[in-house]
This record gives sequence, C-alpha cells and structure tokens, in this order.
Amino acid sequence: MNPRRLYRRFASEVLVLPGRTTVLAVCLVLLILPLFHRHPYTLRVLSLTFIFAIFAASWDLLSGFVGQLSLGHAIFFGVAAYTSALLNLQAGLPPLVTIPAGALVAVLMGLVVGIPCLRLKGQYLSLATMGFPIILTGLVYLFSDLTGGELGVSGLARLGPTRLSEYYIALVLVLGLGLIMWKITDSKVGLVFHAIREDEITARASGINTPLYKLLAFCLSGFFAGISGGLYSHFMRVAGPSTLSVLTSFQPVIWTIFGGVASIYGAIAGTFVLYPLMEFLRVAPELRTLIFAALVVLVLRFMPEGLTPWFIDRVESECPRCKEHNAVTRRTCRVCGAPLGRPSAPGAGPFQPGKGGRVAG
Amino acid sequence: MLTDILITTLINASVYAMLATGFSLIFGVARIINLAHTAFYMLAGYFIFSFTTVLGLGLLPAMLLSIALVVVIAVLSYRILIDPMREHEAAVLIITVALAMVFQELMLVFYGGHFRSVPQLVSGYVTVLGVRVSSQYVVTIGALVAILAAVWLVLMKTRLGLAIRATAQDREIANVMGMDVSLISTVTMAIASAQAAAAGALVAPLFILEPRMWLYPLTIVLAIVVLGGIGSLKGSIIASAIIALSETLVTFLLPSGAFLKGAFSLGVMIVVLLIRPEGLFGVSFEGER
Repeated sequence: MNPRRLYRRFASEVLVLPGRTTVLAVCLVLLILPLFHRHPYTLRVLSLTFIFAIFAASWDLLSGFVGQLSLGHAIFFGVAAYTSALLNLQAGLPPLVTIPAGALVAVLMGLVVGIPCLRLKGQYLSLATMGFPIILTGLVYLFSDLTGGELGVSGLARLGPTRLSEYYIALVLVLGLGLIMWKITDSKVGLVFHAIREDEITARASGINTPLYKLLAFCLSGFFAGISGGLYSHFMRVAGPSTLSVLTSFQPVIWTIFGGVASIYGAIAGTFVLYPLMEFLRVAPELRTLIFAALVVLVLRFMPEGLTPWFIDRVESECPRCKEHNAVTRRTCRVCGAPLGRPSAPGAGPFQPGKGGRVAG
Repeated sequence: MLTDILITTLINASVYAMLATGFSLIFGVARIINLAHTAFYMLAGYFIFSFTTVLGLGLLPAMLLSIALVVVIAVLSYRILIDPMREHEAAVLIITVALAMVFQELMLVFYGGHFRSVPQLVSGYVTVLGVRVSSQYVVTIGALVAILAAVWLVLMKTRLGLAIRATAQDREIANVMGMDVSLISTVTMAIASAQAAAAGALVAPLFILEPRMWLYPLTIVLAIVVLGGIGSLKGSIIASAIIALSETLVTFLLPSGAFLKGAFSLGVMIVVLLIRPEGLFGVSFEGER
C-alpha cells in the first residue's frame, strides 16, 4: 500500500483517539527506553512489570470477561513456575521449551480447576478457587525432596543472556500476548464470554454450550498465566512456594480492578502503574505496603470503575447518536457528524480546554 | 492424645465458628465479602498486647477495651470506605483486602514482625474425665460458646435479630417494610466485628501474635462459609466443627501433617462442593440472576 494512504489510515484509526494514542506512546517509549537509560535495576523492575502484566491480563480474561471471579489464580502461575523450574533443572531443557511446557501444564490445571468449578456459581466459585493453590502449597511442602520445600527450586537458566535481552523478551511477550488476548475478547468467542458473564441462563437458552466456553476460558487463562509463571521462574531463577501464596492470587485482582476490569488493556495498565509504584516505594521500606494499600483504597474509593475507564471518560466522549468514541476536544462526531455534548453539563456547548469556567476562581 | 485432639478441635471449632458466623452475617445482610474480617481478630490480639504491656491494664479490662476499639474501627471503615462502594462488588473486594493489608502493615510498623504473646487470664488446671486441662482452655471454650449462644439468641429472639434476618433475606422488601437497612447493616457490621474481636481477644493468650496471623484463618473461614452454605449460620457452625476436626486429625495423626492441614480442609471443602454445589445448608437458587 502507498505509504501516504497507510499513514492516513493509521491517523484515522489511532491518532484520532487520545486513548489509543496514549497506548501507542507508552509502547514506543518502552521500546526505545533502553537507548537512553539502561540501569539494571530499572530494567529488572520493568521486566517484572511486563511478566506480571501478562498474569493480570490472564486473570481479566477469566474473571473480567467470563465473570468466573477466581481468587486462586496463583495456581496457574505457581504450577507453571514449578514445572518450568523442574524441567530446566532435572531435564536440562532450555527456557524456550520449559516455558511453553509449563503453560501446557497450567492448561491442564485449568481443566482440573475448571471442571469442578462448572458446578459452582458466584461467590462459591471465587472462594472454592482460592482453595486450590493452598492445597498445592501443602503438596509442595510434603514433597520437599523434589520441590525444595520452603526454599523452592533455585539455580535456573536465565531467560536471556543479558538484562537487556530479558527486558526485550518480556516486552515483546507482553505486547504480543496482550494483543492476542485483546483479539480473543474482541472475537466471537469474546462475545460469548460477555454473554456468559451478563446472563448465563439466557446464554444457554440461546444455544451456547456454556460449560464448554467456561472450560475454554479456564484453559486460555491458565495458558497465559502459565507463560507468565514460567517467565517469572526463569527471570528470578527460582520457583518457590511464594508463587502459590494467597498474595500472588490477590495481586492480579488488585492490579486489574485498579486498572479497570474486563478490558485486558486495563489489567496491563493497572500493573504498569502499580508494580513500579510498589518498587518505587522501597525508598520507605517499612511503610511500603502500608502506603500501597492505602493508595489502592483511596483511588478505588473515588474511581470505583478503575483507572482506565476514568481516564477514557476524561479524554474521550461517546457520540450520542452512533456510540463511536471521539476525542473530547471535538465538537462533532468524527463518524456521523452529530454534535457532541458533554454528558456532565447537559445543554452546554462542547468542552473547550483552557476556556473553562475556572477563570472566576 | 485423645484429649489433646478433643481440646484442640473444640478451641479451633469455636474460634472458627465465631469468625465464620460473623463473616456469614455481614455477607448476608450487607452483601459484601469482607476479607478484612479476620484482620479484626488480629487487631484485637494486638490491642490487648499493648493495653496489658504498655499501659499496664489488667487483662479483662484490656479485652473489653480492645473489643470496643475494634468495633469502632470496623464501623468507621464500613461507613467511610465500604458502604459507599456497595454497588461495585469487585472494588469492595479489593478495598477489604487492602484494608486488611493496611492493618497488618500498621501492626508491623508499631510492633515489628516479632512473635508476641499475651499473659493468661487464669492459671492452673482443672481435671476433666481424669485428664488435666489448663484452665485457660476451659475458660476460652466456655466464653466462646457463651458468646455464640448470645449472638444466636439476639438473632432469633429479638426484634433487632428479626430485622437483621429480614434484611439478609431481601434487602429491598425490608426497606419497603420500613426498616432502616443502612442502620441495620452498620449494626450487623458492629456485631460481626465484635465477634471477630472477641475471638481474637479470647485466643490471644493461647496463640502467638504476629501481623500475618489473619491470613490463614481467612482462608479457613472462607472454606467454612462455602462448605456450610453462604449465609447459613447453622451451616457455618457445623462446617466449623468439620473443618476443625479434620484439621486437628491431620495435624496429630499424619507425619508432617502441619503442612497439610490447610490443604486437607480445603480438599474437604472442594469434595463437598462437588456433591452439593450450594454447600451443606445453603439454598440453591437455580433461576436467580
């Protein structure tokens, strides 16, 4: 295609919406960041952020979209971390093999968790899923000859030869897998997932095989969580019982709900904000978790939908006629030309930055 | 050994029953999953520790004072942070977890991560069926059972209890019938947190205090509530006995069983759920949306 037309298409699809532009800008900044700043500590924190963002997005796929609120997501993360670690140490396989193998075991675990959970609904399901990682933790301690017990399995092969290569592996994976998950939720399967969350009985009455789709969601979510678990164990070069802890189960829930649920990009954005923040708070090590938790409470108290819906509400407005999104600066809809009003001030003209009513004080 | 098993089971079962009924109550009435519930239990233990060792109060006034303080904290956090968010179920979940983390970290900042202990309320021992049992155990079990019975009586025999049960059954209709559901939810929160605090206060002399002591009981309480049927008090009490017994048996009878007690209890929960998806005494609402 002619480059000019390509650019115009790109401008009309991406640059026209501030939300999409922000995503693009963040991706570009992350891609070129190591050119300017390659401190090992920064790269390490960001790589872990990317790995956990995959984990959070996989939680969102299962809990945000299908509504199967899982409080035991650490089971997929932990089982993949241990599988990759043991395969790497005992069989000497490289990370390129062990990480997909761990993800496949996590898919099987998705069936193990998913099949009993088909019978459960709502809160029963959340609380039952919480039990699985705890059961597995008990087994890890029981077979401590193989799993190393409290200390875990350590001395794994590195993910990549240098910190920089590990950074790019994690970055490419979070962008690629994030895109795949987003595309899954945007497809027909995603539509079915939405339908199951909104009203399972109606979905079933419409001829959808809901148990099959729920199992599919468990397996898909387990697959992506498994990849992040395998990446984590090779990145940290250790797989310990902390990968199965209750806190590991709650972390993706916190990140995703903070970022905005049922949108994949919300889960990734939430992790990108909260994980580096948690690292930054190491300046006050004793108050770190305290400040973090207090911040989460306060932010959610005032943005109950999460960060990304709040942000999109500020920079984009929905056309009242055709429901397309528009930049908040536009007076008319970019698709159908209908005049856009600010929902917060009905009857008033479109919002004009810099000319608002703040002048009077 | 048999007496040990019996005593441990009774203590654990009554503590779990106290925590689980409170959790179940607040879930039924206010429709929130309060994951900070067992943090109140931890807070009560720490307050007693500070009242007795720092302020030099007697153990009994320290217990009452700390229960009152925990109730005030619980009601304030409910009114300010949780109640305005009730529409956003997921946000409530995260806020309560974060709240529990805040409490844990505050205790860590003030007291450090060391293990603390609280002096016993009564010393000596009594002889039960020819076996010597420390009086503290007997007092704890007696007090826990008495409080549970008192809560049961309040719920079943008073107008307040009737209002609480009605609100749990149908919030809208209770409101239409002229009950102040918001007030009732707050009162329920007070009762539930007082139960958690009382459980914490009573077992503080027996257990070791540490800031993360809320996490394990939380998972067990969740298992109990699911096992017994969400919102069923009778179910919660019976499930507490089942879980406490299985936990104790695993700990005492299996080698390295202490690692497996949580796993075993949760395994029991999952097996029961497979047979009865609505828990032992839960009601299934097949058509409910």
